[in-house]
Amino acid sequence: MSTVVAETTSTNTHMSALWRNLMAIEIVWYRDILRYLRDWVRIITSLMQPLLFLFIFGSGLASSFSPAGARPGGVAGVSFQTFIFPGVVSMAVLFTAISSAISIVWDREFGFLREMLVAPVSRTSIVLGKALGGSTIAMFQGTLMLVFAPLIGVRLDVGLVIILMLEMLLLAFTMTSLGIVIASRMQSMESFSVVMQFVLMPMFFLSGALFPLTHVPGWLAFLNKLDPVTYGVDPLRQAVMSGMKLPPVVARQLGLGVQVFGTTLSVLAELLIVGALGVIFVSWAALSFGKQD
Amino acid sequence: MTTEEQTRQPLSMADLPLSSAELAEAAAAATPRMAGPPILSVEGLRRTFGHLEAVKGISFEVYPGEIFGFLGPNGAGKSTTINMLCTLLKPTAGKATLAGFDLSREPSRVREVIGLVFQDPSLDERLTADENLRFHAAIYGLPAAVSKERREAMLKMVDLYDRKDHLVRTFSGGMKRRLEIARGLLHYPRVLFLDEPTIGLDPQTRLHLWSYILTLRQQKQITMFLTTHYMDEAEYCDRIAVIDHGMIVALDTPDHLKDLVGGDVIRLKTSDDALAAQQIKALFGVEPRQGKDELIFEIAGGEELVPRIVEQVSVRIASVSVRRPTLDDVFIKLTGREIREEETGTQERMRGIMRRRMR
Repeated sequence: MSTVVAETTSTNTHMSALWRNLMAIEIVWYRDILRYLRDWVRIITSLMQPLLFLFIFGSGLASSFSPAGARPGGVAGVSFQTFIFPGVVSMAVLFTAISSAISIVWDREFGFLREMLVAPVSRTSIVLGKALGGSTIAMFQGTLMLVFAPLIGVRLDVGLVIILMLEMLLLAFTMTSLGIVIASRMQSMESFSVVMQFVLMPMFFLSGALFPLTHVPGWLAFLNKLDPVTYGVDPLRQAVMSGMKLPPVVARQLGLGVQVFGTTLSVLAELLIVGALGVIFVSWAALSFGKQD
Repeated sequence: MTTEEQTRQPLSMADLPLSSAELAEAAAAATPRMAGPPILSVEGLRRTFGHLEAVKGISFEVYPGEIFGFLGPNGAGKSTTINMLCTLLKPTAGKATLAGFDLSREPSRVREVIGLVFQDPSLDERLTADENLRFHAAIYGLPAAVSKERREAMLKMVDLYDRKDHLVRTFSGGMKRRLEIARGLLHYPRVLFLDEPTIGLDPQTRLHLWSYILTLRQQKQITMFLTTHYMDEAEYCDRIAVIDHGMIVALDTPDHLKDLVGGDVIRLKTSDDALAAQQIKALFGVEPRQGKDELIFEIAGGEELVPRIVEQVSVRIASVSVRRPTLDDVFIKLTGREIREEETGTQERMRGIMRRRMR
């Protein structure tokens, strides 16, 4: 009798260990979503920077963006604003992803991290919940940018929006995970601007989000290949341009498709690179959080 | 079964003793169950940070239903110990078992059976009271139905039910601490760690919180492990361990600890402390300590000795006070230091400034 009871209890606890960790991932994710949806000010202000780039920087530079053989203001019917649009969308994704991840440092300063760390769930679940929360928010924020597509003459349909959202989610996951790795080593919010200036801004600029990398110096092209964001921006750009039926010459001029060792990577290959980096970063994040002092 | 029934019974405000005299009575009424195996046993627990040995191999046992006080000056090793006991910090050496689970080998099992109320608030201020509890319930794996029922009971217990959908950032310090206590108990822990639970609260709120703590202990037989800076609160403990320089220097009931002081405490303000000290040593054979502009010494039958002091000490005496020893005196006797409340005050202010700046 008593043995039977003991056995059932032990299976129950085994079952519940997995179940409990799934619940933990869900609640950590849900908390981030809840906080995001409640913070309208943050949603609006985070749109500001990409919009400035799109409309002011974009319009300003459009006039001088006319490579050889193209009509003024664009390459074969592709305006500069259309070109940078996917880049600016990825900017919204990148910045939201990193700042969501860095919110762990806030949680540490305000004590809430401790509430999570003493819970009877694995640190990996907490990191996963956090990574998924940050990626969902970043994807939302990127999707909000799509609202401005008609204003600059980019045509979207439901299928395209879904593809873009999935690609954004993947990029966001990788960047949030990288952000968590950084956050696990940060002691205070003061180093946040250091992260922005020394990690995020270089990654963003090197990715080719704002200019084609067709005629850049060798060192810049090299650094571009090392930048994970490169492999996230190009699929977005190819998706946006896919409706335009661009001739291969123009596509090359626009720098579509990342070239590694002389071959052009397929979109699938690029997404696999982003995904693989995401897995590496999230495992790294789980490891550095799992370490008990 | 009976424990289960008792735990299900929600506490109501009507049950709570509210004056400090009633509180003391309630504390005395709930007799600690020192019988049976300890719920927490610590053996040679040690922790070093580089060259610094913060906790130097301490051993003690805590019994089910006990309120165990853990006192010590700042930097004595209190927080390090509490962090090790709640699995946030790995011990360098030593062993501890909590409710039968080994601290180093089964940290997640230990986490299931402990609750924590931290010294610093650890609520998410951008969530509502109920959402904070929901987070806790989910991360401790409570099924939705159980979670709902307990959240309601706990919020009612700490009188926050009507504020459950308000954001925590709109709460006062006392309300936040009450919410944290509700949260710490939500998963029915067997041991509740309270790290300075009343720090920075006004006296009335402190009294109120204590009435919750004592009533809880009585009704739910939860073991409490407590650190505090307030000596009047330490009086509520069944037993107290005093830690200094990483070692336990005394462990006993508050009454027995007071016996350590050896008589009444006499405080003397004079125009020349050095000379007065010499004369007192000659008269009574005890060496007074120099306090903050006063001399302090302990002696049996203090009241009868006051006339002799006034007569035979040749320097001018501004004031003499005699009183029964308090835990403060015990503390000074054992550690040579006062638990400095003003120091805590500064820390509190600093934290306040930090928070405001970060917002």
